[in-house]
Amino acid sequence: MSSSTTNTTTISTAGPPSRRNTELAMLVFAVIIPVFAYANAGLALSDEMPSGMLSYGLGLGLLAGVGHLVVRKFAPYADPLLLPIATLLNGLGLVLIWRLDQSRRLAQRAKDAGMAFSPSAPNQLIYSALGVALFVGVLILLKDHRILQRYTYISMVVALILLILPMFFPARFGARIWITLGSFSIQPGEFAKIIIAVFFSGYLMVKRDALALASRRFMGLYLPRGRDLGPILVVWGMSILILVFETDLGTSLLFFGLFVVMLYVATERTSWIVFGLLMSAAGAVGVATFEPHVQSRVDAWLQPFEVAKNGGSDQIAQALMAFGSGGVFGTGLGQGNSDLIGFAANSDFILATVGEELGLAGTMGLLLLYGLIVERGVRTALAARDPFGKLLAIGLSAAFAIQVFVVAGGVMGLIPLTGMTMPFIAQGGSSVIANWALVAILIKVSDTARRPAPTPAPTTDAEMTQVVRP
Amino acid sequence: MSELTLTVMRLGFLAVLWLFVIVAVQVIRSDLFGTRVTQRGSARRGAPDRPQPQQQRQQSAPPQQRQQSGGRGRRGAPTKLVVSEGTLTGTTVALQGQTITLGRAHDSTIVLDDDYASSRHARIYPDRDGQWIVEDLGSTNGTYLDRTRLTTPTPIPLGAPIRIGKTVIELRK
Repeated sequence: MSSSTTNTTTISTAGPPSRRNTELAMLVFAVIIPVFAYANAGLALSDEMPSGMLSYGLGLGLLAGVGHLVVRKFAPYADPLLLPIATLLNGLGLVLIWRLDQSRRLAQRAKDAGMAFSPSAPNQLIYSALGVALFVGVLILLKDHRILQRYTYISMVVALILLILPMFFPARFGARIWITLGSFSIQPGEFAKIIIAVFFSGYLMVKRDALALASRRFMGLYLPRGRDLGPILVVWGMSILILVFETDLGTSLLFFGLFVVMLYVATERTSWIVFGLLMSAAGAVGVATFEPHVQSRVDAWLQPFEVAKNGGSDQIAQALMAFGSGGVFGTGLGQGNSDLIGFAANSDFILATVGEELGLAGTMGLLLLYGLIVERGVRTALAARDPFGKLLAIGLSAAFAIQVFVVAGGVMGLIPLTGMTMPFIAQGGSSVIANWALVAILIKVSDTARRPAPTPAPTTDAEMTQVVRP
Repeated sequence: MSELTLTVMRLGFLAVLWLFVIVAVQVIRSDLFGTRVTQRGSARRGAPDRPQPQQQRQQSAPPQQRQQSGGRGRRGAPTKLVVSEGTLTGTTVALQGQTITLGRAHDSTIVLDDDYASSRHARIYPDRDGQWIVEDLGSTNGTYLDRTRLTTPTPIPLGAPIRIGKTVIELRK
């Protein structure tokens, strides 16, 4: 017993636990950068300061200020970086969308297609406001993240419904990932990713011992018992079904990847990762052999320029050209030709605009910002004291990381392109709103994790002795 | 707009973006260097290579801690708790206003590997005036301050030995 207990260390944070003033300073910084970018893009596009600059800056500042005040009141010990980085990403996204709104090519394209061209930036600002409203709502209403644990199986049902519903709606742009209600449409997958992380953490917290300990060792890998393989098979089957019926590789990859990451974190068994990679590879290859939509995506990934030459979609080819012409420092905001991508230039392909106009340096900076959000999430998981909070924080940050990887990889030609959005930056209401909710839950978990332990209440005994003391 | 202005703005924007990233990383730094590492290892003489990094760690930590607690600490107040006898000899714990629990339980601040210690043996905490108090938590074999067995929470004089089983701890400046 002694050998196992003697060489341990306790690591706890010293110094002021509440970092709200740091957060405020970073927030001011995070609002100034997009305003600067806005001025830069306006000067480059039309030789004058954009007219909406003041209102835009004030709008973003107001959203950030409201967020900050609510965090100060309801999550005083929360991580100081999550809110500023989310604000900065959202602000940069608004600038990039506004910049693409000014493009004459995109307006001409819309006119040729017989649609009225409507700028997306004002809508996106409204969605951002809704996102911050949800952020505020989660912080105020969710007193403790452990409450979510009670809804483990309810959240499973809700997530399944959200994932299955889009199958009954008509496909848009080749994928069934939207629910359309009149002129209004939402992408339920974005919300499902948060809800399913709640389910996985609640489920794995209860079952992880069975999954981790009851296993046989074979060739250096722990093989789980057959009946413990059940859940991973079910989730795998689900993601294959999504792939087949919704023809959406991104959502499918996101859910399966999320599950494998959480299984690994919960059980510390490398074999889950090996199994997960094998199963996802087998599933993806299997589906790609008979599903024409997935096949065309794979073709466009392997030979983007051939496909463009033969009259197929030239989006990926244009995106690659955009990255190439950006070089190291980029062409400057508003001076690139990334609007040649045409369709989805301001949503799925917005990273190509970053790549062209901000160059390698800007793209790396942006990816680092995403990395920092994920790092703060993982750090929150390390600091969290309850297993549910740990798993939830890991799950949410893993979902975020996988989503960034899937989109960025798709746009850069690393993996086949899928219809997912770059969190916070890409145009799209569901995405922005869901990601603000995700950040709110992370902030809530980190508040609980970083809160200092309560000071011991003086017992009645102690009070009495103080009377006796001379 | 002139080409020069736009170039300056373009590079300026990238610089500001990266500055934000660097400042954010500086904020994170506090997670790495603002932490308090409490060594609970036994001071084993046989393994000279292991304690080396630990000592460095402990030496590098105090300046930071003092910086942060500067002004708060009273003159003459103890700053650390030192184990002077027993298997944990040499272990120090910085006193920063937190409660220190002693016992065989694994979640204690100082885990005692001692047959004469109870799982939750005693705790040491500051009262409202910053005076450090030791309290016996109903242990089987008792906690001794100097030679007297504790029955009530008692203020700890600087340097007075507190004995729990074979372990002796004291507060030092």
